[in-house]
Amino acid sequence: MHLPPFEQLIDAHAAELHRFLTGLVGPTEAEDCLQETFMSALRAYRRLRHGDNLRAWLYTIAQRKATDSVRRRSRRPTRDLDGVELRAPAAAEPADDALWLTVRALPAKQRVAIVHRFVLDLAYAEIAGRMGTSEEAARQNVSAGLRRLRREVTS
Amino acid sequence: MSDDLERRLRSGENPARLDVGRLLEAVARRAADEGLLDVAYGTHDSPLGRLTLFVTPRGLVRVSYPDEPIDAQLDELAASVSPRVMAAPERTDAVRRQLDEYFAGDRHDFEVPIDWHLLRGFRGQVLRATARIPFGAVSTYREIATEAGSPNAYRAAGNALGSNPVPIVVPCHRVLHAGGGLGGYTGGLERKRFLLGLEGVLPASSPR
Repeated sequence: MHLPPFEQLIDAHAAELHRFLTGLVGPTEAEDCLQETFMSALRAYRRLRHGDNLRAWLYTIAQRKATDSVRRRSRRPTRDLDGVELRAPAAAEPADDALWLTVRALPAKQRVAIVHRFVLDLAYAEIAGRMGTSEEAARQNVSAGLRRLRREVTS
Repeated sequence: MSDDLERRLRSGENPARLDVGRLLEAVARRAADEGLLDVAYGTHDSPLGRLTLFVTPRGLVRVSYPDEPIDAQLDELAASVSPRVMAAPERTDAVRRQLDEYFAGDRHDFEVPIDWHLLRGFRGQVLRATARIPFGAVSTYREIATEAGSPNAYRAAGNALGSNPVPIVVPCHRVLHAGGGLGGYTGGLERKRFLLGLEGVLPASSPR
């Protein structure tokens, strides 16, 4: 099978990848991550041998971009030397902000599994396919993530 | 087991509205800047309808009339040139400007590079010979076949012209039957008649 024109990949997958990335990195960073995901995909696209499972391939890249973004952000100082907040607190963000901040603080595998499971509503077999793990590992990542969220999210 | 936490996770974090059109533009612009865009395309309104123009870093690779479905062409170019295909109209600006000048009667020769690399062999020879026919002149299938090196292959020359990927700019409309008949045309005979009218070979006719 030939690879489809790249533009069609964006048309077909941008909306769902955007929801996925919003779950992983939050609404502010999601669009940047999405653009970086497609740029990386485009760089590699010509060298792909076949067009099987392009969706799973895009998710692998998106996951990596999300991890980079979270890592970058955690290194960024939130206060300058005078102790003034650099980033505005999440006043304008949705009510469940606390939950999602906790999701974002989960270990990467749990975070990705949780978003696949609940935001994209995937079955464990599909999550396993997209994360390159066994179905059992996908199940464990979801339940470990849920346990941790139950412990840490109060309201 | 579905509880309150799972319900909240399922309702998701409200994603900011995604503007896919803007994303496509941003990716195409960056791709072009980084040399990652192998085929760029844009549309252009002309007296013969809305043309779609496809360019590679080598030059113009395809001009299509509105009756050719765009998705099929994108697939074809993805397979024959490269799958890195995106809309990037500004990459076609030079061609668009020259087409406007041509249709306004202000331009006789196109000065945009043609990407010939898909046009090998006899077909390529035929189309190169055709590209040399000047504005206002005409040739015949047999003459073109002769110039391409095979005088007897005028039927094959006709086929090559019928599948000209770059009509108008490579002027296959200037090739006629030896007896003076119009012959065929990719975009339909009305369009061939219009182009020959524009160039003063035939009386001017209406566009479509």
